[in-house]
Amino acid sequence: MNQLEVYLFIALIMFSLGLWGVLQRRSLIAMLISVELMLNAANINFLAFNRFLAPEPAVGQIIALFVMGTAAAEAAIGLSIFLAVYRRNQNIDIERIRDLKG
Amino acid sequence: MPPLPEVIKPDWIAQGAFWLIVGVTLTGAVFAVFLKQIIHNILGLIVSLFGVAGIFIYLNSEFLALMEILIYVGAISISFVFAIMLSEPMYKEKSKRNVFKTVFTGIVAGLIFWSFSTIITKTPWEAAAVKSDEWSVRAIGNLLLTRYMLAFELISFVLLVAIVGAVIIAGQGRRQRSSQ
Repeated sequence: MNQLEVYLFIALIMFSLGLWGVLQRRSLIAMLISVELMLNAANINFLAFNRFLAPEPAVGQIIALFVMGTAAAEAAIGLSIFLAVYRRNQNIDIERIRDLKG
Repeated sequence: MPPLPEVIKPDWIAQGAFWLIVGVTLTGAVFAVFLKQIIHNILGLIVSLFGVAGIFIYLNSEFLALMEILIYVGAISISFVFAIMLSEPMYKEKSKRNVFKTVFTGIVAGLIFWSFSTIITKTPWEAAAVKSDEWSVRAIGNLLLTRYMLAFELISFVLLVAIVGAVIIAGQGRRQRSSQ
C-alpha cells in the first residue's frame, strides 16, 4: 500500500485492459470507453510518481488536472463525431463504416 | 469511543480498504471492457472511476479524487450515456470479430503488459530531493495562476473550442437533413 510498484501495477493492469478493449471492441463508443480507462491509468501513474518520487507534490496534481481537462474535450468531440457518423451511416460499428476504405 | 480490541489495528483497516478499492477498480475495468452490452460497459467504467478516486485519496490527492468524481463520473460518463441513447440501438446485431484478430490483440496487450511490468520491477526508483512539502489545494491554485498560467488558459481555450466544435459537428447532420 505504501509502495510505488503497487500503484504502477494497478495502473498497468488498467492500461492493458484498455489497450485490449481499443483493439478488440467493434463499437466506437466502446473503444472510447477503453481510451478513458487508459487515460485513468496514466493519471494513476502521474499521481503515484507525484506521491513517492517528485520534489514538488502540487505539480503532479496539476498535470493530472490537465489530463482530465483534455480527456473531457476529447470525449465531447469524439462523441459528437460518433453522432454525426451514426446519422450518416445508421451504424457506429467500425466493421461497417467503410467510406474511407480505398 | 471505546478502544478497539487488540486484534484490530487501524493499519489493517487501511490496508483492507485499499485492497477493496483496488478490487473495485479492476472489476469495474474488466466489466467496462469484457461485457457485451454497451450500457453495462459504461456502468463498469463508472464503478472503475469511483475506485480510481479512492486510489487518488490513498495517494494523498483528495482534491483530484473529488475532481475525478465530478469530471469523469459527473460529466464524461453522463455524456457517454447520452451518446449511447442517441446512437447505438442495442437490438442491432454486432459484427463478428475474426479469431485471428482476437488472438493478435491478446498477444499485443499481453506483450505490452509483460514489457512494462519488467520495466517496473527492474528499475531502481529513486526519490528526488524534496523542494516543497505543500499538498494543499491552496498550493495547487497558487501554481495554476502563476507558473502554469499559460497552460491553464490554454486548457480553458481547448475546452471552449471543443464545446463549439462538438455543437457544430453534432448539429451538421440535422441541418442537412432538414434542408433536404
